Amino acid sequence: MASEGDRRADPEVERRSRLLGGLHFEREGAKGVAIALLSTAVFLTVVIVAVTQSAGWPEVKRTFFDWGDISSSFPDIARAFVLNVKIFLVCEVFILLLALVIAVLRSLPGPVFFPLRALAILYSDLARGVPTILVIALLGFGAPALQLTGVPRSRVFWAGVGLILIYSGYVAEVYRAGIESVHPSQEAAARSLGLSRFQALRRVILPQAIRRVIPPLLNDFIGLQKDTALVYTLGVVDAFGQASIDSAATFTYGAYLAAAVLFVAITIPLARFTDWLVARDRRRRQATGVVT
Amino acid sequence: MSGLRQTFLATAALILAALAFLAAGCGSTNKSSSGTTTATSSSCSNKNDLNLHTAGQLTIGTDNPAFPPWFGGTPHKPWQVSDPNSGEGYESAVAYAVAKKLGFAKNEVKWVHVPFSNSYAPGPKAFDFDINQISFTPARAKVVDFSDSYYDVNQSVVVNKGTPIASVTTVAGLKPYDLGAQLGTTSYQFIQDTIKPSKKPSVFPSNTGAVTALKNKQIDGLVVDLPTAFYVTAVQVPNGKVLGQFPAEPGGEHFGMVFEKGNSLRDCVNKALDTLRSDGTLKQLQQQWLAKATGAPILK
Repeated sequence: MASEGDRRADPEVERRSRLLGGLHFEREGAKGVAIALLSTAVFLTVVIVAVTQSAGWPEVKRTFFDWGDISSSFPDIARAFVLNVKIFLVCEVFILLLALVIAVLRSLPGPVFFPLRALAILYSDLARGVPTILVIALLGFGAPALQLTGVPRSRVFWAGVGLILIYSGYVAEVYRAGIESVHPSQEAAARSLGLSRFQALRRVILPQAIRRVIPPLLNDFIGLQKDTALVYTLGVVDAFGQASIDSAATFTYGAYLAAAVLFVAITIPLARFTDWLVARDRRRRQATGVVT
Repeated sequence: MSGLRQTFLATAALILAALAFLAAGCGSTNKSSSGTTTATSSSCSNKNDLNLHTAGQLTIGTDNPAFPPWFGGTPHKPWQVSDPNSGEGYESAVAYAVAKKLGFAKNEVKWVHVPFSNSYAPGPKAFDFDINQISFTPARAKVVDFSDSYYDVNQSVVVNKGTPIASVTTVAGLKPYDLGAQLGTTSYQFIQDTIKPSKKPSVFPSNTGAVTALKNKQIDGLVVDLPTAFYVTAVQVPNGKVLGQFPAEPGGEHFGMVFEKGNSLRDCVNKALDTLRSDGTLKQLQQQWLAKATGAPILK
């Protein structure tokens, strides 16, 4: 999909990627800005009026947006959120490694490696096809039920294993897209310089491949951050579990909002960071004039 | 110039969308607020005057699976483990007794599946009342209306036979262990406020998860209400035992039926419960369905 020309700096694309790019400063000037502001103001006013005037609003406000509920549950949820962050950080490392192995296996050429390729394909298909919640329940409750000596009983451990297995399937596909986007001439050139197949992969192909797929990689990690909440299905009290407890205690949903704030506080900076990385990469390529 | 026109068109489209949204909001205003009228004492005698979800029938919610001893009978169609329609099990029996007092025949009672977390969702309810071992708390009563108590409940702890926790005899002795409770039960609050364990307790979104974790010894003890504890040890965890029940709290904990806030039907149900209490029906139903749930040692 990504041909060489796509990644060349395109001013139109660059302009649209900015939030305010749609304002057409150059062509319409102040008039465009005024219209945009007016339209936004009208839209927001109408939505706010519609929501707050609806019959059920007082009840919705009390159950979802009660400041007392949100702020009183926040400290406990924030403490429980540390677990989410830990799971996320540890899993991320393993996912990056396991997925890379799978992606490399999948891109091995030649008939000899067919079984490995087939296994890697089967793995990616299964990991992406099975609901995460099922894998976590199966591992978290099923593996300890075997009562084998040496098999950990920790539910956090097994939830982590589940997330690693599932997300490696996704991330392997991302890596593969990156690897396949590197033109075969790159490998040919590397081999002609005397590099072994492994050296060519490690020194020439992967560095280019990985740099290209950093945005989709980070995208998957935003998903992973949210999915750490699935440990709650095993009875482990993470941010979501704590929010559920508070919600059930008061019969209101404000606690979930507090949990959402914490998740968003982590994911939004990561999303902005991704955009910044992409922009920086584009600037660098423009500056050097090198099209990789 | 075309850019300008585009902007105008986009603005117009946004405003139209917003207006449509407003219209939808107004629409819901019109059909709002039925059933905020308070019940007069006479209206309870005629079921046609009751504020019902569906006219002519009493719609009762509970979770699925419906577990004994609260529900009994062989499961049919959507219901798992047991069947609320059977009239067997304590909550089913109480629900039918209340229905009868309100003037409903057995076939005019309809059971609907209401997951616990849906029972308190804002907006119109899918049931007239929900009966699902839900404990009354003042905080919850701000959001929904509870009936008076139909069962005064004690918390208890279930453990695996032969594990270290199985020899504990005091509440303080439970402190060092991994304890669990089911989400939404006051058992969790009980662990936090009364046992104050040294490790963070586990909270399971379902009975199944809690029981599996106990069976796998991923937790040492499961805190549940006493009747449920006896079901857990009898059926779900064959190697389990009820370690003991906790001394009743001052003021006590009780289960109540859940109503949409302001539903006048609650007053009629409370009246029915009064009658059932004073004529001994509730006591008799407890003996019939929960008799086993009395003989557990009290943890000091």
